[in-house]
Amino acid sequence: MARFEPVLLANIDRENSHRLSVYESTGGYQALRRVLAEMDPVAFTELVKSSNLRGRGGAGFPTGLKWTFLPKGHPGPIYMCINADESEPGTFNNRVLMEEDPHQVIEGIILSSFATRATTAYIYLRYEYPLSYERLQGAIDEAYAAGYLGKNIQGSDFSLDIYLHRGAAAYICGEETGLIESLEGKRAWPRIKPPFPAVEGVFRKPTVVNNIETVCCVKQIAQRGVDWFKSIGVPADPKNSRDPGSYGPKLYCLSGHVERPGCYEAPLGITCRQLIDEYGGGVWKGRRAKAAIPGGISMGLLTEAELDTPLDFAGPGKVGCLGLGTAAVVVMDETVSMVDFLYNSCRFFAHESCGQCTPCREGTEWSVRMLARIKAGKGRLRDLDLLLEIGDTIGIIPGTTICGLADGAAWPIKNAIRKFRDEFEDYIKRTNPTGYLVTDPVPALQVVSLH
Amino acid sequence: MGTVIVDGIEVAIGDDEHLNGIEVARRAGIEIPHYCWHAGLSVVASCRMCLVESGTRNPDTGEITVVPKLVPACQTPAKDNTVFVTNSDRVKHSRAFVEEALLMDHPIDCPICDKAGECHLQDYFFEHGQAQRRADIRPFTSKKRDVGPTVTLFADRCVMCTRCVRFTREITGTSELMVIDRGSHDEIDVFPGHPLDNRMSGNVVDLCPVGALGDKDFLYEQRVWFMEKHDGVCTGCSTGCSISVEENQDTVYRLKPRENPRINQWWMCDEGRYGYHHVHSTKRLVGAVRRDASGATAIEWEQVFSELPARLQGAGPLAAVISPHLTVEEAYLLATYIRQIDPAARLVVGPVPVEGTDETFPNGFTIRAEKCPNRRGVEEIVKHFGCESEVYEAVQSDVAAGLIGGVWVSGGYKTDTFDAAAAQALSSGKLLVVQDLFASPVTEVADYQLPGPAFPEREGSYVNCADRLQSVPWAIRSPAGVRTDGSVLWRLLGRAGLYRSRTVLDEIAATIPYFALAAGPVSPQGVALSETTPATTTT
Repeated sequence: MARFEPVLLANIDRENSHRLSVYESTGGYQALRRVLAEMDPVAFTELVKSSNLRGRGGAGFPTGLKWTFLPKGHPGPIYMCINADESEPGTFNNRVLMEEDPHQVIEGIILSSFATRATTAYIYLRYEYPLSYERLQGAIDEAYAAGYLGKNIQGSDFSLDIYLHRGAAAYICGEETGLIESLEGKRAWPRIKPPFPAVEGVFRKPTVVNNIETVCCVKQIAQRGVDWFKSIGVPADPKNSRDPGSYGPKLYCLSGHVERPGCYEAPLGITCRQLIDEYGGGVWKGRRAKAAIPGGISMGLLTEAELDTPLDFAGPGKVGCLGLGTAAVVVMDETVSMVDFLYNSCRFFAHESCGQCTPCREGTEWSVRMLARIKAGKGRLRDLDLLLEIGDTIGIIPGTTICGLADGAAWPIKNAIRKFRDEFEDYIKRTNPTGYLVTDPVPALQVVSLH
Repeated sequence: MGTVIVDGIEVAIGDDEHLNGIEVARRAGIEIPHYCWHAGLSVVASCRMCLVESGTRNPDTGEITVVPKLVPACQTPAKDNTVFVTNSDRVKHSRAFVEEALLMDHPIDCPICDKAGECHLQDYFFEHGQAQRRADIRPFTSKKRDVGPTVTLFADRCVMCTRCVRFTREITGTSELMVIDRGSHDEIDVFPGHPLDNRMSGNVVDLCPVGALGDKDFLYEQRVWFMEKHDGVCTGCSTGCSISVEENQDTVYRLKPRENPRINQWWMCDEGRYGYHHVHSTKRLVGAVRRDASGATAIEWEQVFSELPARLQGAGPLAAVISPHLTVEEAYLLATYIRQIDPAARLVVGPVPVEGTDETFPNGFTIRAEKCPNRRGVEEIVKHFGCESEVYEAVQSDVAAGLIGGVWVSGGYKTDTFDAAAAQALSSGKLLVVQDLFASPVTEVADYQLPGPAFPEREGSYVNCADRLQSVPWAIRSPAGVRTDGSVLWRLLGRAGLYRSRTVLDEIAATIPYFALAAGPVSPQGVALSETTPATTTT
């Protein structure tokens, strides 16, 4: 397969790629000038809609359609929120864009704000990204000085201010409504929906929340056109009305046990094996892959046999994963213990659960405790069924929780145990051959388990 | 009108009614379990105990479409043709998991927990919980934390419903409580140095569906199943909150607000909540006393009834100081009795205690400066007897001036109301009868000192500052030697049988136009005597 020519990452290897002069020298902000001069917000929204661009933040919702959910004729203000709280383990595609090509991000934000008539945009930035903060703030300052931000951008009647907001250092701050709460200065507890942010978002005003990579795609669509965008990726499935296709380039973060980990740009639809072998140089040390996470650990697991799964919006779902997610592939070689993987996965979600909804708050904690006990050689075979039940209860009954964190916590459990059950059983039999429940000594007068 | 279907039962709702799934299910007689939802607070839909299936019925075809997600009933509006399924296997499974999850770290210390007997976690466990506890049992601790002068927190009993946090944000506007930490480490706490210390703080204990928030005043005092609950009216101020008086064998252990959307919604202030301890004070007057030249002598009530009428008749012009702590019925009987002896007797409203100014909270709840429950009711009684403009102070000076010979002073005040000057003025007549709770300068000089009842011992009606009349039964019996004002006056009036306030209220409603609307049954929410008077609070 011929190497795909990067678009989103085209500039990142240039010296001082984060500076305005370098960005402009490669045609930066030309698309913005043209759109402001030639199009109105409705026409530009239609353009993005016709591209079938799907959000790159994880859920894959059609971007142009999301913009149309804003109430028509609203007197404003309308807010644009850019989700740069990149916290999904294994994910760092936004970071590359923010650090190496921040003006592409800003141009995308301006175009997206123009389409939605937003006059204020907030970039909600992951706290742990100091260089992104520095580069983005520098780029914002340069953009103001050059007339790309502020009043009457480039002589048009469109004005926009961008504020860079450092996050509260929690995974849940990246959840759409948790982000909004946090931006408002509150604890990042996700909001119940409806109302959806498009109707009541930041400061109870209509708000669009878009991802960094998404707005960069918007910029590329404005620059290169819909036909170019739709020539990349996987077309819509005519037999499945619920599959609108996966178009455009995608940034894949490759990490774990590969020779060349990194952030790579490839067409949507590349298979996981292609990514590992052709971009990542194969599994490190010549070992075999045992499993891979297709798009952040909340998406579940691919087995070695499933590595030919196309990494588009529909592919991972066909092999029992939640979806493409952030397309952050983490490779595990044959030496990795699935018990360890699942323990770490559960520990992460239990730590990051906001604690608002009971099933998530208690379910994630319950799973990590069980896995800790299993790891410590005190597991029982029936623990596996109970873990699956917890996973199903917090993740399969839709609506069990306010946000999707519990779903994300459930998929690694379900995938790891269903796809690697033998390994879990072997581990338990080996470490606790009697199968008895061994508990720590408890003080007298405590309630004792009767089973 | 619209129709909502709950588990196949059709429920009618009004066009202007905004009900959620929990409320509409109640109309069908179905209780959807819930922790975080409370009708008086914002909806957070976080406990997830009330998840149900929901859908819509096509009114033309009758076809029902159910959404694939379970939805929180608390957050789902009940509209025409909305369908709720509250008993499917999915719903039951979801509830059982939530209950099981909540119990994972919850200490099973029901034997010592103050909430045992009225704990939702306990109740729902039996109704919705798993048959078997599958989580590993860990040693439990009971982390007790002082969060304020009235409330203590047992953090590990908390189910994070956040009702208490929302109460301090939405009802009092004081925001003392917050959530700290994250995930399963979530806890309720206060900011260091800023305790839960507002005038309505006790309500968070009522709101807590489990035993996490304990009322220091009630902690370990009584098991709830030993107590009896009686409807009452708070006599702490002229708001007249609807309350429940909870007692065991004539000892009051706590007062709780009783839901009344027309007066206090679900709340009461701490002043009223904890303002009952005087009822069981050892300083209460408990026996009738006659004082003459030879000194004070304890006498039997029968002696009072036999000799007092003659003494009053011989005292010359009479006056009655009718306390605003009396019920409407007691005030009416006192006025009637005094007027029976002296048709020209002076009738005045007793001293009306006022402390500070009214304090209104963000949700409209008001603690009144006027610290008595029935000024309006007594005023109307007095007015009916033609003494509209009479004031208490005038009686004092008229007695001192010899214009009045005999005075009947009724009390019931918690605090010192009658001072030495009042005693000197009132005792200068021929006869002074004082019926009160505690000794005061006035009782010390009274010719007849009659022990009076405390508010839970009275039955009758109170009219609050917004002209809403509430009728309540007595909750406890008076201490031996004490008789209620109503029963004493009933006897003195020579009426047959036992004193019943309802009989007197019927008489009042038929006689005095202001009370006419109290003629029929008085609902637990009371009755508005003045059509033009707005409610104190509305829902």
